[in-house]
Amino acid sequence: MSVTPPPDSPAELQRRQPVFRGLDAGHLACQGCGQALAARLVTEAIGPDVVIANATGCLEVFTTAWPRTAWRVPWIHSVFANTPAVASGIEAALKMQGRDTRVVALGGDGGTFDIGLQALSAMFERNHNVLYVCFDNEAYMNTGVQRSSSTPHAAMTTTSPPGRERMGKRHLKKDLLSIIAAHHIPYAATATVAYPSDLRKKVRRGLAIEGAAFVLVHSPCPLGWGHGGELSIEVARLAVQTGIFPLVELERGALVAAMALREVRPVTDYLKLQGRFRHLFADDPAAREELEHLQALANHNIELYRLRGARSDPRDSEGADTVRRGGLRWA
Amino acid sequence: MRAAIEGSAAIARAVAMCRPQVVSAYPITPQTHIVEALARMIAQGELRAELVSVESEFSAASVVLGAAAAGSRAYTATSAQGLLLMTEVLYNIGGLRIPVVMTCANRAIGAPVSAWNDQQDSMAMRDTGWLQLYCADNQEAVDTTIQAFRIAERTELPVMVCVDGYVLTHTLEPIDLPSQEQVDAFLPPYRFSRALDPRNPISIGNLVTPEYYSEARHAHHQAILRAREEIIAADRDWAAICGRSWDGLLAVDGPPDARLGILTIGSVMGTLFDARQAHPEFGAVKLIKLRAMRPFPVAELIGACAGLSDLIVLERALSPGGGGIVGAEVRAALFEAPSRPKIHNFAAGLGGRDMPLDLYPRLLARIAHEAPVQFAIFDLEPERLPPQER
Amino acid sequence: MTEIRIHGRGGQGNVIAAYILAQAAFECGKFAQAFPSFGPERRGAPVTAFVRITGVPVHRHCQVLAPAFLILQDHALLHAAGITQGLLPHGKILVNWSRPIAPATAGNGHQVVVIPAASLAMEYLGKPVPNTALLAALLTLTEMLPLQALERALALRFAGEMLERNLSLVRKAAQMVPAGLWKEAADARSD
Repeated sequence: MSVTPPPDSPAELQRRQPVFRGLDAGHLACQGCGQALAARLVTEAIGPDVVIANATGCLEVFTTAWPRTAWRVPWIHSVFANTPAVASGIEAALKMQGRDTRVVALGGDGGTFDIGLQALSAMFERNHNVLYVCFDNEAYMNTGVQRSSSTPHAAMTTTSPPGRERMGKRHLKKDLLSIIAAHHIPYAATATVAYPSDLRKKVRRGLAIEGAAFVLVHSPCPLGWGHGGELSIEVARLAVQTGIFPLVELERGALVAAMALREVRPVTDYLKLQGRFRHLFADDPAAREELEHLQALANHNIELYRLRGARSDPRDSEGADTVRRGGLRWA
Repeated sequence: MRAAIEGSAAIARAVAMCRPQVVSAYPITPQTHIVEALARMIAQGELRAELVSVESEFSAASVVLGAAAAGSRAYTATSAQGLLLMTEVLYNIGGLRIPVVMTCANRAIGAPVSAWNDQQDSMAMRDTGWLQLYCADNQEAVDTTIQAFRIAERTELPVMVCVDGYVLTHTLEPIDLPSQEQVDAFLPPYRFSRALDPRNPISIGNLVTPEYYSEARHAHHQAILRAREEIIAADRDWAAICGRSWDGLLAVDGPPDARLGILTIGSVMGTLFDARQAHPEFGAVKLIKLRAMRPFPVAELIGACAGLSDLIVLERALSPGGGGIVGAEVRAALFEAPSRPKIHNFAAGLGGRDMPLDLYPRLLARIAHEAPVQFAIFDLEPERLPPQER
Repeated sequence: MTEIRIHGRGGQGNVIAAYILAQAAFECGKFAQAFPSFGPERRGAPVTAFVRITGVPVHRHCQVLAPAFLILQDHALLHAAGITQGLLPHGKILVNWSRPIAPATAGNGHQVVVIPAASLAMEYLGKPVPNTALLAALLTLTEMLPLQALERALALRFAGEMLERNLSLVRKAAQMVPAGLWKEAADARSD
């Protein structure tokens, strides 16, 4: 005899609504917003039985202008730096209530790489059963495109403008994933809006694992990166194909998978589509030097994760070339 | 049960009897004994709660915010710099109207760095949109802590219970600890009407444009004003169970026809009480204890000050360049009163300076000979100032 | 009201001594208050703790400025500058010291009684914590509380063999000082 689940149970809701959208249409994001797409994909993968804690940023602003909301799941925004701690509190409460509703924290790169890093580190140290998803658009977009520690080297933002003395951002993009890896949390991964099924799979994997999980989602911002909204997916795909943004998975800090590249593209293919790198294409020795620098960074990623020369994986059902490599320590 | 018990231990017992499900804090003196005691109870299985030991007070406040929003009773405690580090989150908890309870073990704020007691920390949080209740002794701290949970949960507003650090938290004195049955009879299980729940998904903490912002602020202000009734009711109902009342928002002790009054806040009250007995030569003096700083009890204050010729407002904090904080509020509240006393505003006991029994005769002697004192630090030692600042 | 000031060094159980004494007073129906000198805690640093014992509720939360008795857990503090500050004219000093008699010059004219509290504790408890023996001696000298009150207060903190050892220590320490020697000083009101 089968037991009928209560009609309001999350499982039943999920069954009746197979294409559940946690983040619905009608929000106020820009055309081609990578973060809006990423958030939609993430919430589709999660399903309805979740509580979301959202850091300050574009996502909070464009989805919740009172008295409306685009969220169909319980959602809370507190302040900028405290999202991991708010999520920790939610998780502790649900645990005490004996509920297995999942807790997901969402933040941008500013909230994750910069102002919220301390709280994030502490949440991972305590290994709360929370999936933290960072939508990485590589600058403070909500305040008008200022540089963050995630902004790539040489990129132009309003606070890293190129000029006679400068070639965009002087510093490297922070290697956040190595910092995350050092916490030895059960699961961490990078993903991108250009490979939606890979992204969904990683989100589901992060949710399925008991303990803290982290997914860094490369999310183009047409406004901040200076490309047409129709190019968001193309730009995101090129970030992977050039080796600029490798797609990897880590368990307990150890690299367990990396998406291999069948054909490695030169970084200029990625850079030339974006206004934030326009100054690198000037007839200027310093610009050429920075281009070489960025290519070297991509080459470094390709070496480090052994991204080149793999064949397509017959087990891969996601349309993406995921090759299991196991054993190589991240850091 | 009556026991001789340290203030922090008693507060922790009171918290435990309120059955919090999530406790989160970061170490700072003089708050630590409270959370240490709770940690021991959790470790011994006497209290069933999640203790989230965080990396900062900023996160402690955030954890209790998240926990209470997700439907669990939550508690935190802090002091001084820790409270200030929470500031952004405290405003957020206030504005979101999340019912959490915090003990502030009052301590001075640096610089200059001080490990000792005054009330600058919680006074700096006056405008966060929390209810603020100040305790005169550890018995009041115990009873107020229990009342605070009910007040918070009925009003859906956060409550800060302010207890003088060291002076109360580290002092052992006889305290009536209620029974678990008494607390259970007073405090129903936690229920938050806006709890984060997938069965009824809502968004909390939305962006509010100028179209609605003033209305949200108005509603918050009105909710805090209305909370006065819940503070009074909680005190009354708890008194019906345990026999002790703390007079709601404001306590007055002394003959109604007294001409002199001293208004104060926190633990100096008992010292003035004993000193008044030892100094009958000053005649009838009314002692007014401000229990609720937020909401500020304007009507009760006007009533308490009726007939006074002189009112001393004695506080343990100041607004540099402004003067007394409580003093300014008392002046503002009494401005429209039909008759109002001369108001002498003093700060004393800053950064742990002792407030001895002879403070009472010295205060009364000083106002007998002077025009109203706008504001002064009463127990200043001018010879300790550098010559150019004397 | 009788006020007592306890001097010692961080780690000697000064605050615990004050708390136990106040709990003993409470156990026999008196009102009491105990608190440390406030501030950061460091092992080895001079520490002070205070006790008030009285027949009526204590409302004040100010420092003890004029104690009737000093308890020095470390005899070297007997010569510390200002150690007798505020001590009432009839005030007495009880010192943990293994020598039989205090030097005549010590105590600024106040009567000093010594008891080898740390050695006794070493013998009975296996660690040189002088506070229990000193409290037993103080109660015997002043007769302000029955010794049973101290025993009940110790029973709140210790159990089993450790409690038995503490109780034996209390009885031994009580035998080593003259009963009632300071009764008059204890009866004199300090407020």
